[in-house]
Amino acid sequence: MASKEEILAGLAEIVNEETGLETTDVQPEKSFTDDLDIDSISMMTIVVNAEDRFGVKIPDEEVKNLKTVQDAVDFIDQAQA
Amino acid sequence: MTRTAVITGLGATTPIGGDVPTFWENALKGVSGAATMEHDWVERYELPVTFAAELTVPPSEVLTKVESKRQDPATQMATVAAREAWKDAGLDSADIDGDRLAVAFGTGIGGVWTLLDGWDTVRERGPRRVMPMTVPMLMPNGAAGALSLEFGARAGARTVVSACASGTEALETALELIRSSRADVVMCGSTEAAIHPMPMAGFAAMQALSKRNDDPQAASRPYDVDRDGFVLGEGAGVMIVESEEHAAARGARVYAELVGTGVTSDSHHITAPEPEGLGATRAMRRALEDAGLRPEDVSHVNAHATSTPKGDAPEYLAMRAVFGDRLDDVQVSATKSQTGHLLGASGAIESILAVLAVHHGRTPVTINLDNQDPEIPLNVVTGTPGALPEGRRVALKNSFGFGGHNAVAVFVGR
Repeated sequence: MASKEEILAGLAEIVNEETGLETTDVQPEKSFTDDLDIDSISMMTIVVNAEDRFGVKIPDEEVKNLKTVQDAVDFIDQAQA
Repeated sequence: MTRTAVITGLGATTPIGGDVPTFWENALKGVSGAATMEHDWVERYELPVTFAAELTVPPSEVLTKVESKRQDPATQMATVAAREAWKDAGLDSADIDGDRLAVAFGTGIGGVWTLLDGWDTVRERGPRRVMPMTVPMLMPNGAAGALSLEFGARAGARTVVSACASGTEALETALELIRSSRADVVMCGSTEAAIHPMPMAGFAAMQALSKRNDDPQAASRPYDVDRDGFVLGEGAGVMIVESEEHAAARGARVYAELVGTGVTSDSHHITAPEPEGLGATRAMRRALEDAGLRPEDVSHVNAHATSTPKGDAPEYLAMRAVFGDRLDDVQVSATKSQTGHLLGASGAIESILAVLAVHHGRTPVTINLDNQDPEIPLNVVTGTPGALPEGRRVALKNSFGFGGHNAVAVFVGR
């Protein structure tokens, strides 16, 4: 089980891998679309990589609710439980 | 008044050089790009052919990690070549109207690595693990789309798919766009990244590939009596084709004029060339007619010449029909002897060599021609580069492809 800090750090690495954004840019309050400029295709890649990394399932219909990095951290944290 | 098309920029990544200056230098020197492959899959699948002509500079060494991840290798190679051509033409510092900038690109297969990787993923890990970028990466117009996006080309991004004639046929599209004034600048080229076990197995199954596993550098030997098939290559070439007036207005350096093209189809057999070279003859004649030139004006041909036992002879018969008594005056370069056969990309990289030949007045060498086939008595450039006569220098580039495609482009040096 990863802590919320570990989830955030892991997500930042996944985002960096997919988009080239610095890991330090991936802050909890940032919006994936508005702040990080991540399109829907990249978002799906990030979701699938996060599922692999944290051993969780993120349903497709849930992805639209993950607006900010914090939303994603919280969802993964809950899903792990 | 028909608008004139000129070539103002060149870019390439090839098995004998990762940029145009290196590629040209090696083409004059005569080097082989073929080598034994070191991929684990060669042994794993017991491929009957264990060598290929791979890039000297992999695109991953030039592009960023994210660029490499989001583009199929075919598009990566196109991107590398296009950036060089763009800069070479001085367009990086020019003010270009994107509404007048087009792309005309060719490929034989498209994103074959992405396609097959995606299928492996479905079978091994399920559909959810297939990358969302899979479809835009595998589509054959992927390179044209990516270049349009990167360089702001909004006058159409076209893709020509005619197997190994694609690159040369794309020049016809570019020329039409310039002549009809639908664009002022066309980014024209072709790409191929098919050194993958599946296409290699397919080409080997049809006995198209050389099996000279013990001596890869001697395997591609067009016109030689001991030729036994082609060597699979990979890479991309890009030419900036521009209207003469547009080039002059921005003071661009001009390598050559693209004076004409000819495209025909054999309607004979799905893979075998028509044995008398009739389709190739018509393509060369049509290109010369389009250019307003006569056969006796031509001093150089960069031949298709893949090194297959059955393919090289019909092209000779076609050249004999077109040039007649003057055939000996035509310097023929079979540069696939050096680069291998880049399939859809061959037309672009070989057109670049033809453009540089008429620009500099020197013709690239053909290697491995130890015993010229007596049935193919062409004046082949070997050993040292040929020198083209002074005055107007005219070259033809021939390309032929599975499907019976014949494409010819004519260049006049500046």
